[in-house]
Amino acid sequence: MPSSEELSIRIGGEAGMGLESSGVGFSQALVRGGLHVFGLPDYHSRIRGGHNFFTVRIARRPLYSHTEAVHLLLALDQETVRRHIGAVVPGGAIVYDERDGLPDLPRRTDVGYFPLPLAKLAEESGGSAVMRNTLVFAVAAGLIGFDPAYIESVARDNFARKGTPVVEANLRVIRAGVEAARPFQADFPFRMEAVPGTPRRLLLNGNQAFAMGSLAGGCRFVSGYPMTPGSPVLEWMAAHAEEYGLVTLQVEDEIAALCMAIGAGYAGVRALAPTSGGGFSLMVEALGLAGMTEVPVVVYEAQRPGPSTGLATRTEQGDLLFVLHASQGEFPRILLAPGTVEQAFEAGWRAFNFAERYQCPAIVLSDHYLATSVRDVAPEDLDFDAVVIDRGELLTGEELDGLEGEYRRHAFTETGVSPRAIPGHPKAVYASSSDEHDEYGHIEEDAENRRRMQEKRMRKLEAARSEMRLPTSYGAEDAGLTLIAWGSTYGPLREAVDRLGVQGVRVRMLHFADIWPLPSGVEELLTGETVAVENNYSGQFADLLRMATGHAVSRRILKWDGRPLSPEYILAHMEERCS
Amino acid sequence: MVTVDDFASPVRPTWCTGCGNFAIWNALKRALAQAGLAPHEVMLVSGIGCGSKLPDYTRANGYMTLHGRTVPVATGIRLANHGLRVICTHGDGDAYAEGLGHMLHAARRNIGLVDIVQDNRIYGLTKGQYSPTSDRGRVSKTSPWGALELPVNPIALALAAGATFVARSWSGDLPHLTEMILRALGHRGYALIDVFQPCVTFNRQNAYEFYRPRVYQLQDDPEYDSTDRAAALARAQEWGERIPIGIFYQVEDRPAYEEQVPSLQAGPLARRPLEKLRPEQIQRLQEELL
Repeated sequence: MPSSEELSIRIGGEAGMGLESSGVGFSQALVRGGLHVFGLPDYHSRIRGGHNFFTVRIARRPLYSHTEAVHLLLALDQETVRRHIGAVVPGGAIVYDERDGLPDLPRRTDVGYFPLPLAKLAEESGGSAVMRNTLVFAVAAGLIGFDPAYIESVARDNFARKGTPVVEANLRVIRAGVEAARPFQADFPFRMEAVPGTPRRLLLNGNQAFAMGSLAGGCRFVSGYPMTPGSPVLEWMAAHAEEYGLVTLQVEDEIAALCMAIGAGYAGVRALAPTSGGGFSLMVEALGLAGMTEVPVVVYEAQRPGPSTGLATRTEQGDLLFVLHASQGEFPRILLAPGTVEQAFEAGWRAFNFAERYQCPAIVLSDHYLATSVRDVAPEDLDFDAVVIDRGELLTGEELDGLEGEYRRHAFTETGVSPRAIPGHPKAVYASSSDEHDEYGHIEEDAENRRRMQEKRMRKLEAARSEMRLPTSYGAEDAGLTLIAWGSTYGPLREAVDRLGVQGVRVRMLHFADIWPLPSGVEELLTGETVAVENNYSGQFADLLRMATGHAVSRRILKWDGRPLSPEYILAHMEERCS
Repeated sequence: MVTVDDFASPVRPTWCTGCGNFAIWNALKRALAQAGLAPHEVMLVSGIGCGSKLPDYTRANGYMTLHGRTVPVATGIRLANHGLRVICTHGDGDAYAEGLGHMLHAARRNIGLVDIVQDNRIYGLTKGQYSPTSDRGRVSKTSPWGALELPVNPIALALAAGATFVARSWSGDLPHLTEMILRALGHRGYALIDVFQPCVTFNRQNAYEFYRPRVYQLQDDPEYDSTDRAAALARAQEWGERIPIGIFYQVEDRPAYEEQVPSLQAGPLARRPLEKLRPEQIQRLQEELL
């Protein structure tokens, strides 16, 4: 049987069954086998029980998004069959454990049912029924004709530190799974064979990409408090702290997290506070402190649906206008919203340059979808060569030695950026204040000083604006129909544009990753019919465009059920418009 | 040689005549000079309140931050540059109301900060509301029927949180106050000094005349062992006609937080050059993802 164009495999079960870790391991094996993947975890906010699943989409061309179709469902409980049978495409199949049986549902005639003694096989071959997750992925490999040697190589690497017996047990489980798949191979029409000899590619999610980009960009201080889905950035940094000379701390709350990062930034170290919306809410007052005292600091906010606790392990783009306006008063801030792991990597180092060049907070807005979904990229796609560490107007030791007169930390300048001295030099002894202050940093309530100081700070946005990148255009440049995207929805929209192109619909996407200040020249790009596509209830970016440019989008396609936008969802809502 | 005059700022204090903050300010400058710390080697971090304006009146590195957030900002500075002697100066509202949680965590972290709390037991800058250290029954604009809460006991709380240096002094005894700050400056971890600071405008009940007959120095008692935590906790309860000042507790057996951070063994972060990753580092990062 020839290889399929693409296929999606979904494993489902309860929390605690190791679905995500085995799913990522399987994805890694696929990538080692020369295939492209997009892996999407879906889980509940609990440690045990509930219903979790992980879907890996596989193709021989690069993938940017998940889709809703499932070709092979790996069910580790009845609930998985109950919930996902409707997503299985005609010709697809369900692998389930004989021990669990099937739920009491009408049997689909266009789908294969492959019962296997999964728990028994896992126990016999590996010594534990818990290894069903590894086993069932090996079954999947057998069904699609994917060389299990790649799964074995991942198992060897991942379990090496647990010792040879654990590795051996996993290898036996993998072999048992592949063997068990044999009787059903002829009944499963989809194939995805490995492409040997393909150059190696990297597999990562948005959190990892952002963390790596930040490290490359000189981040040396990270303070945070655990909160899904932002805390993996703190964990990643902590894991790399010793090797790369970082200070990372888990602190008492997010107020302390940002205050500490601001303290570190004030003292001259590139500092980051990663969080999610709830944690960012606690950081709001401190954000203004960074704005007022002109301290460079970076906040990473991985959104999840709110308000309040909302849906802790799900996705939404509902915090855009909040982060843009958070904290009392007016002050400059930079806002980036990467759409892909490549952009998340870039946002890491770019945010630190913006923060230091404009001496203000820079916020990187991600969300659960981008933060947790894994994609493969070529090593050169995480472009370490392009990384620049630009500390802006930071006075060097020599410049400080040559300073004449009293140092003015907040000197009035044409650009609004005042040459910055890191505290500790005898010629630049100063104190900044969250109170309005004069050029030296002394508290000052004079009206004229206030007017000038506020203008100086706000002026920095104008220079920053010229550095912000215009949106990426994808699809038919001259199409009269433009889909407007921002942040994590790049992938699903890109796929929707591709599918519409196949149907003969000329459409382009404009994807914004640099959000604030809005780059100059955006107005000219917003021509023809425009449709804002956003993962929130109200279309916040469309509102922002209206506010900043006067452009009113023709229509909005929105989604606020806590689940990511899919290409299918976008297409269905486009058709609604046409009909 | 460093002198008190090195810390002279062009800005004159806006404190009321007789304010207890003057003594704290003068004691701090004396202690810094005696410790031989120059203005550029010091970082004064404050919050918001009358006392928190102290860095503005002192020529030294400083940062006047948010109400209640003095300690976390100071912690970030200390971790970024432990070559700076970081000193917090903030009031009782700042330290024990909005910032109480941070104080306890700083104590258990044993971060190398000198934390001077200007404890006037009232809100001065906002004109006379009761504070976390006001006596129960204290009548103020926001407690017209008298404060219903018990006052915070900062000494006992800091001890319970694992602080390695806990002291108390007062604005009526400049030499003692100077001595306490000097001793705190010589301490390796977190050092709390709660300072009774009479507010002559809004807290007449706790003026100089209130404290003078009551305070006694713990160190005058030859039997008192400041390394005995149980004894310190017992003395922390003493209140009323006799109020102890001095070092309740000090131990040096616990390393400061920053001494234990592997990345800080090579010296202060802020003083290290910031360079791009080396090719072999990039390769190692990529290998994690293969």
